[in-house]
Amino acid sequence: MAETQPPAPAFYVLDPHEHHHEPGSGTLLGFWIYLMSDALIFATLFATYGVLSTSYAGGPSPREIFELPLVALNTAILLVSSITYGFAMIAMQEGRLGGTRLWLAVTGLLGMAFVGVELYEFGNLIAEGATPQRSAFLSAFFTLVSTHGLHVSFGILWIGVMLVQLGQRGLHAENQRRLLCLSMFWHFLDVVWIGVFTFVYLLGVLR
Amino acid sequence: MRRDEPVSNVRRILALMPLLLLAACNRAVLDPAGDVAVQQRDIIYISTALMLLIIVPVMALIVVFAWHYRAKNQEATYDPDFDHSTSLELVIWSAPLLIIICLGALTWWSTHLLDPFRPLNRIAAGKPIDPAVKPLTVQVVSLDWKWLFIYPEQGVATVNELALPVDRPVRFDLTSTNMMNTFYAPSLAGMIYTMPGMRSTLHAVLNRPGDYEGMSANYSGEGFSDMRFKLKGLDQAGFDAWVARVKSGPRLDTPGFLALAEPSEKVPAMYYSSVEANLFDRIYNRCVKPGTPCMSAVMRHDGEGGGHGAPPPGQKPEGALFKDGAEKGTGPNVTAPRAPDGRAPGSPKTDKISFNLLAAARSPA
Amino acid sequence: MTGETVTSAIFGRLTWESFPIHEPILLVTFAVVVLLGLGIVGAVTKYRLWGWLWREWLTSVDHKKIGIMYIVLGIIMLLRGFADALMMRAQQAMAFGASQGYLPAHHYDQVFTAHGTIMIFFVAIPLVVGLINFVMPLQIGARDVAFPFLNNLSFWLTVAGALLVMVSLFVGEFSRGGWLNYVPVTNLQNSPDTGPDYYLWALQIAGVGTTLSAINMVTTIIKMRAPGMTMMKMPVFCWTALCSNVLAIAIFPVLTGAFALLMLDRYVGTNFFTNDLGGNPMMYWNLVWIWGHPEVYVLVLPVFGIYSEITSTFTGKRLFGYSSMVYATVVITILSYLVWLHHFFTMGSGASVNSFFGIATMVISIPTGAKIFNWLFTMYRGRIRYELPMMWVIAFMLTFVVGGMTGVLLAVPPADFVLHNSLFLVAHFHNVIIGGVVFGLFAGLDYWFPKAFGFKLDRFWGRIHFWGWVIGYWVAWTPIYVVGLMGTTRRVRHFDDPSLQIWFVLAAIGALIILVGIAAFVIQIAVSIMRRDQLRDTTGDPWHGRTLEWSTASPPPAYNFAFTPQVHALDAWYDMKDRGAQRPVTGFAPIHMPRNTGAGVILSAMAMVLGFAMIWYIWWLAAVSAVALLVYGVAHTFNYNRDYYIPADEVAEEEDARSRLLAAGA
Repeated sequence: MAETQPPAPAFYVLDPHEHHHEPGSGTLLGFWIYLMSDALIFATLFATYGVLSTSYAGGPSPREIFELPLVALNTAILLVSSITYGFAMIAMQEGRLGGTRLWLAVTGLLGMAFVGVELYEFGNLIAEGATPQRSAFLSAFFTLVSTHGLHVSFGILWIGVMLVQLGQRGLHAENQRRLLCLSMFWHFLDVVWIGVFTFVYLLGVLR
Repeated sequence: MRRDEPVSNVRRILALMPLLLLAACNRAVLDPAGDVAVQQRDIIYISTALMLLIIVPVMALIVVFAWHYRAKNQEATYDPDFDHSTSLELVIWSAPLLIIICLGALTWWSTHLLDPFRPLNRIAAGKPIDPAVKPLTVQVVSLDWKWLFIYPEQGVATVNELALPVDRPVRFDLTSTNMMNTFYAPSLAGMIYTMPGMRSTLHAVLNRPGDYEGMSANYSGEGFSDMRFKLKGLDQAGFDAWVARVKSGPRLDTPGFLALAEPSEKVPAMYYSSVEANLFDRIYNRCVKPGTPCMSAVMRHDGEGGGHGAPPPGQKPEGALFKDGAEKGTGPNVTAPRAPDGRAPGSPKTDKISFNLLAAARSPA
Repeated sequence: MTGETVTSAIFGRLTWESFPIHEPILLVTFAVVVLLGLGIVGAVTKYRLWGWLWREWLTSVDHKKIGIMYIVLGIIMLLRGFADALMMRAQQAMAFGASQGYLPAHHYDQVFTAHGTIMIFFVAIPLVVGLINFVMPLQIGARDVAFPFLNNLSFWLTVAGALLVMVSLFVGEFSRGGWLNYVPVTNLQNSPDTGPDYYLWALQIAGVGTTLSAINMVTTIIKMRAPGMTMMKMPVFCWTALCSNVLAIAIFPVLTGAFALLMLDRYVGTNFFTNDLGGNPMMYWNLVWIWGHPEVYVLVLPVFGIYSEITSTFTGKRLFGYSSMVYATVVITILSYLVWLHHFFTMGSGASVNSFFGIATMVISIPTGAKIFNWLFTMYRGRIRYELPMMWVIAFMLTFVVGGMTGVLLAVPPADFVLHNSLFLVAHFHNVIIGGVVFGLFAGLDYWFPKAFGFKLDRFWGRIHFWGWVIGYWVAWTPIYVVGLMGTTRRVRHFDDPSLQIWFVLAAIGALIILVGIAAFVIQIAVSIMRRDQLRDTTGDPWHGRTLEWSTASPPPAYNFAFTPQVHALDAWYDMKDRGAQRPVTGFAPIHMPRNTGAGVILSAMAMVLGFAMIWYIWWLAAVSAVALLVYGVAHTFNYNRDYYIPADEVAEEEDARSRLLAAGA
């Protein structure tokens, strides 16, 4: 490089606007890295489930307790909620505040439906005596699925907060950035759920 | 400032090295009485020698460069732009690589050869195994905090005393009741974990008669420090006499075992003339207590698709969230501190005190 | 309701008996801590420093101040962790034959658990994170990290964890499960006491802080480098910081997961690591060691970076083999994730699995060896100035190669069968951690102290500090290597064989020599503050440094760089000096900076209360603090007013002052 170097290169950026860090891009990268670390928590739980998934300890087995139709319905709800979140993002790109809020609200409602169905499922299991304390398999099952459920609940809370903040400030740059992060979060939960559905429910019933 | 500081530093290290080797010469790990431990010791020597091939020159170069290129020495070449040399880089990557290739080969070979699960193929160097001799089986159970040794062939059992006939291969089957421990007799062979609900195996042979020490090498709670056993190497006649002596003890039955399994410390050697059938299998299947389903049966049931039916075995403390706030929860193991002599605790309040503080001050250490 | 149920509803399982008033050692410690605390509180009140402390430090989002606070935390916890070490050394030197020493198992087991936990989580991590925090943004020519508030929050979460560990000294008891809180010792059945709960909550809270901090540092390095600084022109310290933090992001979630599962076992009664009902205690060992081994590299990689910077500076040379150094760092990062099983070869995984993990472990020694050679050939044809930092480098190289050798030895499974869980192993990792990480951290402190405070550290006391640690290390740990080779195992409270005693007495003497070193360190700092006018550095570049942090004033202004530097070469500042770059003295513009916030302190305090309430089963308080945490966290997002501009004339004033200093010095 030395041969192409001009005789007196600039050693300082004198114009403050010349080198400006786009603040949003850092946030998105940081949030993405956070999601990867979260993915590793899920990986840990999946691995634990993998190890313990046949340790029924004489208790119920997946085939006895999983209700696939209900879970399939729940999967559909969550997948649709990802699509509706996509509509919210499209509305945001087009600068339509009302559309963004509407689709966000729909997404939040679908999320609530998902959590509701999950709680219903858990209630049934516990009533049948299939509690997390019964066997290592059930411990791992409840922990994995409810960790995902907790994430979804947190996402719903976040959607609620965003609805308020959008109401207060509209499609402010900061809010747009937050919506982008929430979007990654929501889709991430979808991906994790597909893992849960195949790995836990489908494989559990097929085994 | 003094320029020779790094050098005196090295001198001290080099002075300590032979000391280290000398002092350790006649001790268990470096002068073992069993063939497996001897081979493991040899691996330590060979690997150390291999590594010293590179470590010694590096340490010497550090000292030489540190001394020669000190700022005061204006005669030394100063080349501030010397930051790359392909041939040097080749050397500094390939030299450690070569050592590791040798060491890796040694590792692969020796790990397979000395795998604790693998039956022995020799009694000692140059002494192949006699196919007619069946290995002696010893079943080892780590309890809180003592060792139980069951000799199925002889029908006897002992606590905290292990006797082995010399030059006869031994197969240890090991498990644990509650904690994870490692079974370790440095003179005999390397260590192996004992784990509740699992069975591990160790093959070894003792070549030299004598009295040796064994212990748990993995921390397992309150009484861990004194979880030691005597290892006796005896000739066949001595071993037979020892078995006859052990036969003088009581029988080890289920209630006896359950009492023995209760936590206790510093337990003296105990002899049992006979042992209830299948005790070891029931221990590692966690069904010694009458009425508890055996793990092997439960797993068979699970493997066939599982299903309701079997009631939850054993009783486990409830999770803290289901407890009253004031409920401290009691456990048999760690909460009730025992006096160091292993007797029942006095008032829990005074037992938590560092009571030895005063005693230690009084007694000559 | 009876009186008892009312009290238990209010205080959970916290009772008068939870306070160890019958324990002489703890009582004295408690008295000393209270006196010290009162003294500090009194002094701060007397000199009316509360407001200053709150505004300038506790709520600060300035990476330099957060870095310094991390280091202060690390040094304070080092004193605590070292006190534990002295207690263990004393016990093991005394407890032979008839003598039981002075610590009952109940206390001794807590001491060794606390020692390991504190030294790794609350000494090594804060010191490493603190140095990265302070130095890295300066080295890449940035004005702060990517997420300044998160940085503050990470720090305070770490403090909250450390405080919980300290509280366990005086309220209840700490874990007795070893530094990784092993099951089955720590499952509910075997340890229903508060110990494992203290451990779990303290480390979960601090662990969140460490993970967030790692995310922050990685984003900063990727996104905020000065123009012209390509990845391969980045200082080695930044490279190692990047790899270390990437690694931290890859491992801390696993630890969080493992701890969360153990918490569920203890609080909900699940069966992850129980002996019965299908639980699998070995799972816990696998998970914590998937974290545990890479963690060593999380600590040691940045320290390798420190050694590289120092070697290059004090030999007055470019670092030999920069790119091979970078590749070596990356290779170590990846490999360190594939070796965890070598921590339990003796569980019987089978010969092929064991050899795979053994050989993978050895392979790490190749890039590590390459690094040693790189430092060696950086010294070759150099002009080595033996200032304090460089002395540490030489001591490190000579000490660390021995630790590396014993480490590779332990990676050979048949050798590990006899050395696992022995004192040889304990000596090995202290060799690596003290000889590698601790020496490097002290080197870094001696090296960057003048940058942080504008004056150098005192040389005389620095040398006593140095020799105390180096001699003390060898005297303390060589005997432990020896008894390890004699088949003596770790965590033992009492020995039967009296012939071993001499070695433990020697080790205790070594620990006392290290104590001299630590005392000299504290004196060094005090003396340096008193003699700061003689030790003053006005140039900002006291060591003739090569990287960008030395281009700023010492201490650097809040905004670090009035004008962002433009990088053309690897050693950017050396290049600028070499080609006569002129520092601009006019044309300053307002600088955009993040605003301080108390949210980090408040959120962490809430997290600490939550942890305490959960440990003591004070369910109402746990619920209240959990809700408060959530509500306050959400409320914080409604604050959009998070930055401000430093006006141009303020910048000009600051820079003019520096111009005057430079002129006076020249």
